Amino acid sequence: MNRSREPQIALPALSRRRFVTGVAAGAALLGMPARASSASPRANPTPQTLRGNQFDLHVNYQPVNFTGRERTAVATNGSVPGPILRWKEGETVTLNVTNHLAHDTSIHWHGIILPTGMDGVPGLSFNGIRPGETFTYQFAVNQSGTYWYHSHSDFQEQQGHYGSIVIDPAEPDPVACDRDYVVMLSDWSDESPHDIYAKLKKEGHYYNRRRRTAGDLWSEIRQKGVAQTWQDRKMWNEMRMSDRDISDVTGYTYTYLMNGQTPDGNWMAQFKRGEKVRLRFINGSAMSIFDIRIPGLKMTVVASDGQNIEPVTVDEFRIGVAETYDVVVEPVDDRAYTLFAQTIDRSGYARGTLTPHPELRAEVPAMDYAPVLTHRDMGMDHSGHNMGGMSGMDHSGHDMGNMGDMDHSGHDMGNMGGMDHSGHDMGSKGGMDHSGHDMGSMSGMDHSQHAGMQSGSAGQYSLHGGRPELGGMQGVWFTDGLGRAGHGSNSPIVHLPSEYRYGVDMRAEMPGNGLNDPGIGLRDHDTRYGRRVLTYADIRNLTPTLDKREPTRELQLHLTGNMHRYMWSMDGIKFNDAEPLMLKYGERIRITLVNDTMMTHPIHLHGMWSELETGDSEYIPRKHTILVQPGSKISYLVTADAYGRWAYHCHLLYHMPGMFREVRVV
Amino acid sequence: MNKKTLLALTLAAPLAHAAEEPHTHPPQSMQGDEHAAHQHMGHGKPAQQDASAPAAANLRHAPNEPDHVMDHEVLLTKVTIDQLEAREHDGGALEGSVWFGGDKHKAWFKTEVEQEEGEIEKAELQALYSRAIAPYWDLQMGVRHDFELESDSRNWGVLALNGLAPYFFEVDTSLFVGEEGDTALRVEAEYELLFTQQWILSPEIEMNFFGQNTPEFHTGSGLSDIEAGLRLRYEFTPQFAPYIGVNYEKKFGNTADFVRDEGESTSETTWVIGLHAWF
Repeated sequence: MNRSREPQIALPALSRRRFVTGVAAGAALLGMPARASSASPRANPTPQTLRGNQFDLHVNYQPVNFTGRERTAVATNGSVPGPILRWKEGETVTLNVTNHLAHDTSIHWHGIILPTGMDGVPGLSFNGIRPGETFTYQFAVNQSGTYWYHSHSDFQEQQGHYGSIVIDPAEPDPVACDRDYVVMLSDWSDESPHDIYAKLKKEGHYYNRRRRTAGDLWSEIRQKGVAQTWQDRKMWNEMRMSDRDISDVTGYTYTYLMNGQTPDGNWMAQFKRGEKVRLRFINGSAMSIFDIRIPGLKMTVVASDGQNIEPVTVDEFRIGVAETYDVVVEPVDDRAYTLFAQTIDRSGYARGTLTPHPELRAEVPAMDYAPVLTHRDMGMDHSGHNMGGMSGMDHSGHDMGNMGDMDHSGHDMGNMGGMDHSGHDMGSKGGMDHSGHDMGSMSGMDHSQHAGMQSGSAGQYSLHGGRPELGGMQGVWFTDGLGRAGHGSNSPIVHLPSEYRYGVDMRAEMPGNGLNDPGIGLRDHDTRYGRRVLTYADIRNLTPTLDKREPTRELQLHLTGNMHRYMWSMDGIKFNDAEPLMLKYGERIRITLVNDTMMTHPIHLHGMWSELETGDSEYIPRKHTILVQPGSKISYLVTADAYGRWAYHCHLLYHMPGMFREVRVV
Repeated sequence: MNKKTLLALTLAAPLAHAAEEPHTHPPQSMQGDEHAAHQHMGHGKPAQQDASAPAAANLRHAPNEPDHVMDHEVLLTKVTIDQLEAREHDGGALEGSVWFGGDKHKAWFKTEVEQEEGEIEKAELQALYSRAIAPYWDLQMGVRHDFELESDSRNWGVLALNGLAPYFFEVDTSLFVGEEGDTALRVEAEYELLFTQQWILSPEIEMNFFGQNTPEFHTGSGLSDIEAGLRLRYEFTPQFAPYIGVNYEKKFGNTADFVRDEGESTSETTWVIGLHAWF
């Protein structure tokens, strides 16, 4: 095991610790007939590339060794990640996927617009692929760019079942480059994903090795004095939450991979001085959000989620789970550069080298400071950090005295069965603004609102699904007072009664704007390090918006959870208990996501584009996965141009069982 | 049968099952069922089994785990050993719990056993149904059985509120009602103070109150006793942590009188060494 080159990592307020940077030898090389001859650790640094329009993919178990311990991965064609698939826009591809596992498998073509039956979600779009069975996917490729594929069965994605897709455009590529590399980032654990999930369920902070200590408290008191420290800690203590809870699963168990290579393995890409190099970054992690930079190089972002954008030059960008970004770099010196992808919580990194000579390496930088959450990340009014400001926030952690008031289990949901939110003019209801309410008045408020909503239920939209016991309360629909296309939501924030249950531990009462925010841990990188960091507001589509219609309806959906119980949901309702969200074929709707948690969630809609409203209606960027900042809201438009049943979910693997909806286009 | 064969058989059995009959759900039509999304959809086509040798070799690595991530609520079992410790003067204690269930409904078992001077002084077991009622609180109902060693055993009905209070105090409050209508209340609170991620100091307190005097059990009405502990543990992993500490017990009021009548002391401080673990 090569540990000698492990860098020294200095993290403020965190004792120096070693996280797993892996073994140098290429993993996933053992026992593979195709690569049995690989003697050198980096003989095959990247997965093989398959081209054409006919592909045979085999999903199999594969012994791997990323950390010095042998484990079993779920591989595609014997490698982790699976092969890079290169398609051509305009062609029809046929993919024969054979399952050699003892369990069902599936492949979902992430970000590819295709018929529902080819989407690869067991239980929604097809039946899954049984052991020994071959399923043939066939669809026309009507887009170009960088995408990826992964299993939608069980936790196989965490076990290695993913790979990249590069689609060459039919027209000449507007991005000219001399070299073109896929950079697939992922996370690997020697623990089984089921063990990870069980541990999180039993102790939500299991993998958080940055919990507050007495030492922190002492230095905080020395810095700010007792009174201020008490004030700052008070909210977190009362809410029973940790401001250092940035990632659920961390470098405590993860080894971060770049193209299947550990940091010690050091994946390498070559260039010649003066060449333009296109790097196609894909975040194929189960749970890890990365911040990417290449010290010494500016990166020109040319595509986001496969779609060409107006080039933006930055020093650093965040890539959520399942997102892709293409960047072009032009190294002018004859030196090596480190591709550095540190995780959002700075508990580890993936790393590779861009170099003119295989012997040359660049320094691996120290990780940046590890962020702590602020009141802003709780969706609180951050104009005042005093207690007055906090009354605007709803502490759902009830203390024992008023628990009775808060328990909504006694509500007769049946009474609300006939209620349909879709037609209401919420905009005109001043009473909907919860921001000024304290806990004591909360339960009373809800009732009065429902009465109001019920009586005002004219002009209903009857597409809501038929589960009266749930009261049609999943998502609030607005049809009036909608903001202009491309400019985002005007609608008030409405927390439904289903959000006031044991499965929801906080609600953002004054969610911030998730558009201009580079995200937790990046906000001060400009002033602190002089790095320009990409935000969603910087992204502009290269070609004009195709569907210029105004949205006719708006769906406000809340991302909810309880960190303590490790439960995740939308509007406080888990997938198991949820009805589908119904869309009418051809309609243009707006989805506004409100993040009522302190985690950053990458939300992925299958089958249709999520057109991010960045304030410029002419060049709306099209994405398949949208990062929703904690305590923030963000809006995007969807043209429901694909019949069928589609998955809509948080792409953090261990949030998926709950934070998931079916979207049905009828 | 040697150990290896046994192990091989144990491993092979679920695999064989998985390979031959991975699903018991019958095929279902995709349309028509409004809630089909919540169920596993079954399979339209029978599997074409590939019985070739490489496939079989490949299956050797197969884990025995479920198939779909999005359509099941996981049922878990958590075993917690809060304290498993030796105390001074030939004493010892076990305090722990087991729960089984999902997010909302759980079956809970709690136990406390205490040993003094080599003899078991107290042993009780609670079996409870637990239901999540608020983000941090579970309401629990069930029965408690005391294994009395010098006199008869007794049974209690239990109503408990268990959870995390603001400022991260773990609280377990239980109201007990005995067969004869006697009542008791127990309040337990525990806190964790991290010196580092591994060194954790955990103060805790338990208070017992009774609604009546029961001389045969040496309990008097009102506040009967307090047990306070301070334990410093080292978490080798979050699941395995040996500790050292000190435990203090004091009896009050009528309880203290009963104990004094027996010629025993009403308070005791002991050093302890033990293990905190869960899995």
